[in-house]
Amino acid sequence: MAAFRNRSLPPRLADLEQEIKGYAKEFGLDFYEVIFEMLTYDEVNMVAAYGGYPNRYPHWRFGMEYEQLSKGYEYGLSKIYEMVINNDPTYAYLLESNPEVDQKLVMAHVYGHGDFFKNNFAFQHTNRKMMDEMANHATRVRRLIDQHGVEKIEDFIDRCLSLENLIDYHAPYIKRGLSVDLEAPDETPAQGLRNEREYMGQYINPQTYLDELERKATEERERTRRFPDRPQRDVLLFLLDYAPLEPWEQDILSIIREEAYYFAPQGMTKIMNEGWASYWHSTIMTTRALRDSEIIDYADHHAGTMSMRPGSLNPYKIGIELFRDIEERWNTGRFGREWEECDSLPERRSWDKQLGLGRQKIFDVRKLYTDVTFIDEFLTPEFCIEQKLFVYDYNDKRQTWEIATRQFKAIKEKLLHQLTNFGQPIIEVVDANFENRAELLLVHKHDGIDLKVDHAHHTLQNLQSLWRRPVSLYTRLDGKSVILRFDGKEHSEHKADL
Amino acid sequence: MSLKIKQDHGRFKAIVRGKIKQNLRKFIQKGEMIGKQGKELITIPLPTIDIPHFRYGAKQQGGVGQGEGEVGQSLGPGEEQPGEGGGKAGEGEGQHILEVDVSFDELAEILGEELQLPKIEPKGTDRIITEKTKYTGINTVGPESLRHFKRTYKQALRRQIASGTYTPDRPVIIPFREDRRYRSWKMTPLPEAAALIVYIMDVSGSMGDEQKEIVRIESFWLDTWLRHHYKGLSSRYIIHDAVAREVDRETFFHTRESGGTMISSAYKLAAEMIEQDHPSHSWNTYVFHFSDGDNWSADDTRICLDIVKERILPHVNLFAYGQVESPYGSGQFIRDLRESYEGEERVALSEIADKEAIYGSIKDFLGKGQ
Repeated sequence: MAAFRNRSLPPRLADLEQEIKGYAKEFGLDFYEVIFEMLTYDEVNMVAAYGGYPNRYPHWRFGMEYEQLSKGYEYGLSKIYEMVINNDPTYAYLLESNPEVDQKLVMAHVYGHGDFFKNNFAFQHTNRKMMDEMANHATRVRRLIDQHGVEKIEDFIDRCLSLENLIDYHAPYIKRGLSVDLEAPDETPAQGLRNEREYMGQYINPQTYLDELERKATEERERTRRFPDRPQRDVLLFLLDYAPLEPWEQDILSIIREEAYYFAPQGMTKIMNEGWASYWHSTIMTTRALRDSEIIDYADHHAGTMSMRPGSLNPYKIGIELFRDIEERWNTGRFGREWEECDSLPERRSWDKQLGLGRQKIFDVRKLYTDVTFIDEFLTPEFCIEQKLFVYDYNDKRQTWEIATRQFKAIKEKLLHQLTNFGQPIIEVVDANFENRAELLLVHKHDGIDLKVDHAHHTLQNLQSLWRRPVSLYTRLDGKSVILRFDGKEHSEHKADL
Repeated sequence: MSLKIKQDHGRFKAIVRGKIKQNLRKFIQKGEMIGKQGKELITIPLPTIDIPHFRYGAKQQGGVGQGEGEVGQSLGPGEEQPGEGGGKAGEGEGQHILEVDVSFDELAEILGEELQLPKIEPKGTDRIITEKTKYTGINTVGPESLRHFKRTYKQALRRQIASGTYTPDRPVIIPFREDRRYRSWKMTPLPEAAALIVYIMDVSGSMGDEQKEIVRIESFWLDTWLRHHYKGLSSRYIIHDAVAREVDRETFFHTRESGGTMISSAYKLAAEMIEQDHPSHSWNTYVFHFSDGDNWSADDTRICLDIVKERILPHVNLFAYGQVESPYGSGQFIRDLRESYEGEERVALSEIADKEAIYGSIKDFLGKGQ
């Protein structure tokens, strides 16, 4: 962190830090050492633009982020209160100009995140020394820029970034089976021409001819054997392994891939992570840290964070409410068969078994769930009504977005869909020798939603530039199966069935 | 302290600049950004530079929201997903419309690069150049009248102390020749290439709102370009139907008159204006005239041609005539001008069919580098 001037906390805040840390420990939060640093708004904007890291490889998109953040700040539209990064030790940044009560709130919030990072299973495979790793990446890319020129490198990074969502989000948690051939290849020997007179055999089908047939058949089997033998979801890895990349291209692609995997769990636990941190800042502040004189400011700030705007889902709000709901349900025993089977409304309303299992339950939940399973298991109809959730859709006739339904099932389905695979379409490499021309074929597993076509075209172009040979994508558009193909010069589209 | 991000920020800006360049044609067609101009910066809305991904198309997707409202209630029109791109920073990837501030100078440069406009050479070797004298330093030689007493004294004192000839009891300081210090000065030439743009517009009944919009957009760009080349540019505005009068900028763009068209009236006024207030040896004068090309009579056209030839052309850098197509105009006037001034360096003629033609028309006008 040598890039900054001395950022250690002033004594007053250092005391507060100790105090809040004490409360966090008291509640059983478990985190790596947390290092708070004080930044000016300019520095905060920079670090935020870099995704939380003070040292990233040079790329214009960070500049773009920075522009937006600093504009937002200057115009008073937005302000970054808190930033934490998943690292050991965990780094967190405080904005210098914040009032004390905000700093306390942020600290409490940060300990929540720290606990989540350390304990949630999705983060178990992440590199806890990412701070250093990012800096290494920066150095590697800078060196490449010195060698090859900024245009060339930046251009290639752009292309890699275009593909960065083509990774296997679950790969770190499962061992994908080794390739097994399910269908035994057809090994029956070649028959030769039809021959009803046995004695003519060696004239109609002489041995040399049969050998020739056999050889051709083997060749044919070789040829049709798919490569890869099962669909590969980690497209980036596939490219790293099999695309004819220059060493420097390999290097960059692997950096992009590594960072994509590092950030993936944060995307997979957005609701839980923010919910958990908010739950704890709220608990710590309201039961311990808050002074009487700070209540108004705290309430104001907390309400701001939790605010919902029509038509958008605030992960902080949904997360904290779900955690509270779970705690309440397990405290009162509103779960299990007996609860499920109870039809009497008054009884349900006054249901309380005095179990007091709530706290323990939410600690378990924060360890073992990601957003998908979290929503799947704990979203209840009561919760949807209480939180006023709805599904919105685009109305073609009226050319506007409108509320489509408030049904529980639809809401849950939509939410889960948004969260599955990180909200990304599932796309796999299916054939690296498509049409027997060393072309790459990807398949989009269509689940009711078409791809954005202009983006798909550009992405194909980027993919082609890495694969060097033509690339195709099998997908559905407007209900028809199509193959989008880019051959290095132009796009084509034709109907197809695989 | 300069932040590391500045480099990326600069890089991003360069890309944006390129993006503006690519889309310049589009920007020029749209009048909207002109309304937004601030003092020195102009804000250009720019869609975020999106890195393409395989991603879901929005329309079938929809999403889950939170809040009041009946089923069927609209959340806001348009293509954008509602509610995206807001909230706490660091949340999701929204689709923002990015606004970029560009200074007029930069805009002019981009315009120049893209349209390949030649740089304007302000005319006349005897342009007014005022020289400003500024005392900027100290020298060891100079006229006695500029001797810097204090510095000279100090220098002498220093020398005397160093050489041990200074006695505090008898503090006499005698400066030598080498001790003397003089003020030195620098002359900064201030070129004052004064420039004048005379905008003339036909506001007769046949010029509709659309035609005026075209004139407005085009004159904005002409203004931007010329301002880039001349400090102290002044603009004057003349509107005419059958009679001409000078108006302010606001009126110029918003008046709608009706009635006939006597172009000569405007030319006469312009000629007088130039002769009286802006003598040609010290002014770079530009005359831009926009009309739908429908003049009152052939006689009047003849008068126009005479005025242009004798009273305007000798005094101006450029006489430009832009003919905006309108459903009512005959468009004869440009043909008459073309006949008379074919090959004349200082005359630029352009026909502007619609907004899209503005781009080409700017080039017609400014491509000569006059």
